[in-house]
Amino acid sequence: MPELSAMQIFLLLLGAVFVNNFILAKFIGICPFIGVSKKVGPAIGMSLAVIFVMALSSIATWLIDHYILIPRDLTYLRTLVFIIVIAGLVQFVEMVILKTSPSLYKALGIFLPLITTNCQVLAMTVMNVREMPEKYAAMGYSFGLVPSVAHAVGIACGFSVALLIMAAIRERLELAPVPESLKGWPLAFLLSGQLSLAFMGFVGMMK
Amino acid sequence: MSILKDFTKGFIKENPVFVLMLGMCPTLATSSSVKNGIGMGLAATFVLACSNVIISAIRKTVPNKIRIPVFIVVVATFTTIVDLFMEAYVPALHKELGVFIPLIVVNCIILARAEMFAQKNPILNSAADGLGLGLGFTLTLAFIGTIREILGEGTWYGMQVMPSDYKPFLLAILAPGGFICLGLLMGLMVRLQKAAKK
Repeated sequence: MPELSAMQIFLLLLGAVFVNNFILAKFIGICPFIGVSKKVGPAIGMSLAVIFVMALSSIATWLIDHYILIPRDLTYLRTLVFIIVIAGLVQFVEMVILKTSPSLYKALGIFLPLITTNCQVLAMTVMNVREMPEKYAAMGYSFGLVPSVAHAVGIACGFSVALLIMAAIRERLELAPVPESLKGWPLAFLLSGQLSLAFMGFVGMMK
Repeated sequence: MSILKDFTKGFIKENPVFVLMLGMCPTLATSSSVKNGIGMGLAATFVLACSNVIISAIRKTVPNKIRIPVFIVVVATFTTIVDLFMEAYVPALHKELGVFIPLIVVNCIILARAEMFAQKNPILNSAADGLGLGLGFTLTLAFIGTIREILGEGTWYGMQVMPSDYKPFLLAILAPGGFICLGLLMGLMVRLQKAAKK
């Protein structure tokens, strides 16, 4: 089957950022989204860490899936293998950053361990081997390494966009007189609902 | 008696969604209809109860330092079992829930219970805790699913409950509806808790 063209890959990336936004359209990765969106500073750190880990784990899991699991017919072990790979990878990245760049470690360090239990990473790796290849096979294309990475980066950027918008809004809300019962989580959910509504407008952008 | 207590606390006192605030992603994503909510809830209950039992059984042999990876492997094993089982017996529901079935591995409820309860308590209590919390989670999903499905489609578990000329409020079953519905319910919960304290 033919590979995807550069334009298709770009559209895939753009679609993952806006249309199929993991947070606002698919409800994946809500915990870090609500948890780290109180201030803009940590939100930026978290976004960078997620983009970095997503790109790396999409490469690692794609290679493992195609060169170890599929040839040996072990695809039922995917969930188990992927979560271990992600956990190991995050730990490894943390150690490398600590040794090579202490300043980067200061900025990203505390967010890295959180990412292991961030469901986005596992969801992305599972989608990259299950749903996406199926979807593109139906259109007559193969879903190789490059589109997988583009998809992962798109998802991570979508997360970052949503997280930064949310953090900026919540920083201003800090001083606003909101009803006592809605403070914190309830208000964060109501706001996400409105953001999600706004992002639904992007659906018309693709196709 | 304490086993019964461990079982019942998951429904209200330690309700995973409204009180512990865990497992938000599956809550939002699978509560668009009652059927999806119950399916997801039961799958999570199975994984939660089984992994609580296993983790409780091995709690004295696992070294403290590597306990988290061990827990994750246990949870991932049961998640794979559920995944394959649902794919074989309820393929339609499996397709509908999609990526959220493998995502049970990283569901914070399960790891939190392993860490906070199963590794410190005997097997029977852990089983009761897992079952109770899981069923509490299932009921919560079904409850939110009820609101969203009735508003968004005018049906309950696929049965027509609203008058036939009811115009479905489609937003309720879409993504924004999920966020807004859960936000309002949480606000209500906080309000009720405050009123109860007074």
